[in-house]
Amino acid sequence: MAEDIKLMKGNEAIAHAAIRYGVDGYFGYPITPQSEILETLMAEMPWETTGMVVLQAESEVAAINMVYGGAGTGKKVMTSSSSPGISLKQEGISYIAGAELPCLIVNVMRGGPGLGTIQPSQADYFQTVKGGGHGDYRLITLAPSSVQEMADFVGLGFDLAFKYSNPAIILADGIIGQMMEKVVMPPFHKRRTEEEIIAECPWAVQGKTANRKSNVITSLELDPAKMEENNIRFQAKYKKIEENEVRYEEFFCDDAEYLLIAFGSSARICQKVVENARAEGIKLGLLRPITLWPFPAKIIAKYAGQVKGMLSVELNAGQMVEDVRLAVNGKVKVEHFGRLGGIVFTPDEVLDALKTLIIEN
Amino acid sequence: MKQEIIIAGFGGQGVLSMGKILAYSGLMEGKEVSWMPSYGPEQRGGTANVTVILSDDRISSPVLNEYDIAIILNQPSMDKFESKVKPGGILIYDGYGIHTSVKRTDISVYRVDAMDVATEMKNEKAFNMLILGGLLKIVPMVKLENVLLGLKKSLPERHHKLIPMNETAIKKGMEIIKKI
Repeated sequence: MAEDIKLMKGNEAIAHAAIRYGVDGYFGYPITPQSEILETLMAEMPWETTGMVVLQAESEVAAINMVYGGAGTGKKVMTSSSSPGISLKQEGISYIAGAELPCLIVNVMRGGPGLGTIQPSQADYFQTVKGGGHGDYRLITLAPSSVQEMADFVGLGFDLAFKYSNPAIILADGIIGQMMEKVVMPPFHKRRTEEEIIAECPWAVQGKTANRKSNVITSLELDPAKMEENNIRFQAKYKKIEENEVRYEEFFCDDAEYLLIAFGSSARICQKVVENARAEGIKLGLLRPITLWPFPAKIIAKYAGQVKGMLSVELNAGQMVEDVRLAVNGKVKVEHFGRLGGIVFTPDEVLDALKTLIIEN
Repeated sequence: MKQEIIIAGFGGQGVLSMGKILAYSGLMEGKEVSWMPSYGPEQRGGTANVTVILSDDRISSPVLNEYDIAIILNQPSMDKFESKVKPGGILIYDGYGIHTSVKRTDISVYRVDAMDVATEMKNEKAFNMLILGGLLKIVPMVKLENVLLGLKKSLPERHHKLIPMNETAIKKGMEIIKKI
């Protein structure tokens, strides 16, 4: 067995992957079901090995603003929380998007609204892909459905964040955060030196040198004409991301007569639903969006011409289903099935819903 | 081959750690494994359960409708999970604190009086390893040597001196399990 195959929780995988990726700083505040991220980082003490800063802030608001500051210096910085804590961070996230800074945010979702429960949920889909904070901005949103992807998406999230100078978010849930699976750890990267950061991020506030103008990090622009220009630039960037960065996985879609659309832990449960349905002779497939924004609308539109119906399966009251409906534009019947507030559906419940809502209707 | 297992009992009985050791043992055998806890606010005395899957192939859902094997360690778990054992499956329970008899006739039922034996051994912490021993006697899904390797991996180094005690408890569990 190779040395780097480990058995661990999704939350632990994020912490280990962050150290290995060469992250410069983590700023967080504990909340179930993601506290193992901060706990694992504290136990690993990376400040003694890679020099990575790990800090428990006084609040979620402080943590996201530490990320804002760190990101302004060109450092690879991240934060994590669960739903109520992510709500607290929204102002800072909007500022970071407005200042066009790269960073990584992790949300291990739990049942809401309000303080809600500590059990798994996917009810922060709207918050993540439709705004959350104020203003016309987008978050590059990655939805892991395994512990392996929890580890892999740390590096991918930072790569995309730096490629587009935009915050990226890993949108996971209590199942993926708490479950243990095999994971192959990504290779070690050295943290960048100050010289490398200055060369890579000429916009970073790293101390003004004589031969250039001051770098200013701000989301404020009081001249509306200039602010519109900024917004037009953001939108051009978002369009590029939509063209280049859509990711999804297909599971038994080729000959499918019916299609499930599900992300994260729901997609894992739906794999079992597909296995069980096929055993009964129902030609069922699963399309799993990996990026929730940019949303894989084109491929879903393609399948609208092939299948008789689609069921969007989510641990919420019907959020992603709106994007599925926009993608198919009325071409095929689209319904939603979900459980709420921290209750997780079983594969049987999903298959029954498919039969009642789509196949027999 | 695939084993879908639920272990359910009180918090503090070592339910989650027994599942962890089983998962690590599977890892040592090169199997695909998943370990999915119910992570409610369960302290000692609350209910706790964990789903463990060991498989030769990729594991789809960590959340299941029904189980090949249910390991039941208290009455609330018996009430909840007896009906969730697959036809032809296995139910193993500890007699202590269980006051209803198993009604299912389409499954194999085993009893392992681990709580009594752990009390006799004056070692309550051996409880979950006695249960694990019983399970491995009925379904030898992982080799004992790999369980010991799994113990080594899942226990912090300062507790490695406890491994021989755990091995004794596993072997004792293999002796005391009986078919109902």
